[in-house]
Amino acid sequence: MTRLALLLAALLATLPAFAVEPNEILKDPALEHRARDVGQALRCVVCQNQSIDDSNAELARDMRILVRERILKGDSDRQVLDYMVSRYGDFVLLDPPFKATTYALWFGAPLIVLLGLGGVLLFYRRRNADGAEIPDEPAPLSAEEKRRLEALFKEDGR
Amino acid sequence: MKRVVYFLPLIVLAILGGFFLKGFDLNPRELAKMLEGQPVPEFDLKPIKGRDDGFKNTDLLGEVSLVNIFGSWCVSCQVEHPFLMEIKKKGLVPIHGIDWRERNPDDGPRWLAKHGDPYTRVGDDPESKAAIAFGVSGAPESFLVDKQGIVRYKHVGPVTPDVWQKVLWPLIQELRKR
Repeated sequence: MTRLALLLAALLATLPAFAVEPNEILKDPALEHRARDVGQALRCVVCQNQSIDDSNAELARDMRILVRERILKGDSDRQVLDYMVSRYGDFVLLDPPFKATTYALWFGAPLIVLLGLGGVLLFYRRRNADGAEIPDEPAPLSAEEKRRLEALFKEDGR
Repeated sequence: MKRVVYFLPLIVLAILGGFFLKGFDLNPRELAKMLEGQPVPEFDLKPIKGRDDGFKNTDLLGEVSLVNIFGSWCVSCQVEHPFLMEIKKKGLVPIHGIDWRERNPDDGPRWLAKHGDPYTRVGDDPESKAAIAFGVSGAPESFLVDKQGIVRYKHVGPVTPDVWQKVLWPLIQELRKR
């Protein structure tokens, strides 16, 4: 029994730690679940590398409360996110939107990988085309060499 | 063609380097200035202890003014404070304060009593209601608002004599003519 409890405790310990405090949680689990989804998508503008759900910054807490207020008022998740974007810009979304100003963000890394792969491919194709690494066929014996070879065979008396 | 391929890594590196160099000049505290050109958001704040004027968005109509986000807990606010006092003393532009996230309702008033009060109106914003509406991420931040209540400029960090000379004062004079 103790073992089972310990095992459960260990499993629970692996769950992500949220900064959402008990007194913030909405009574309706469905709405709370939506608030969590929205909170996970919003960047804490103080720490800048955490979602507002994960952040302990006071401003993040105020944002979590605001998200819940808006959801209770009947806003859709999209509307809550749009409100935050209208205040803080796209930066507040942890998942950046796909538009002209963020193309570099979306395409940059894949482009560099493709360039690298292209370079590697080119390198190997070149190497084989040049045949630089493959040794040449030995040149055929000249008449003089043939003559000497035969002379050597004769010496052996074969 | 061959030449170009040989220089490709260098070219890619140069482009990346350009991005990184640009990054040195970017201030991560300075988020998109979403509100510039937009009307001030709606807000309605209670007065801080010891004052009887609250502060709401309609108070900003009719004259050019500066809205300043501050808090007694904020170190950079102490940096800009003497300069704000100077602006008040010279009567250059009305400054309205948003007292942001005080742990204790006495903190803001006590801080103003100690350092001087440069504000025409002060609203108390303990739950970041106005701060989030303004898109504030830290203190101090200041918003220059025109006669129609449109935000014309957002400044992140202390209002220094330098920023005042180069940006705020010329812009205030420009906006007063409109």
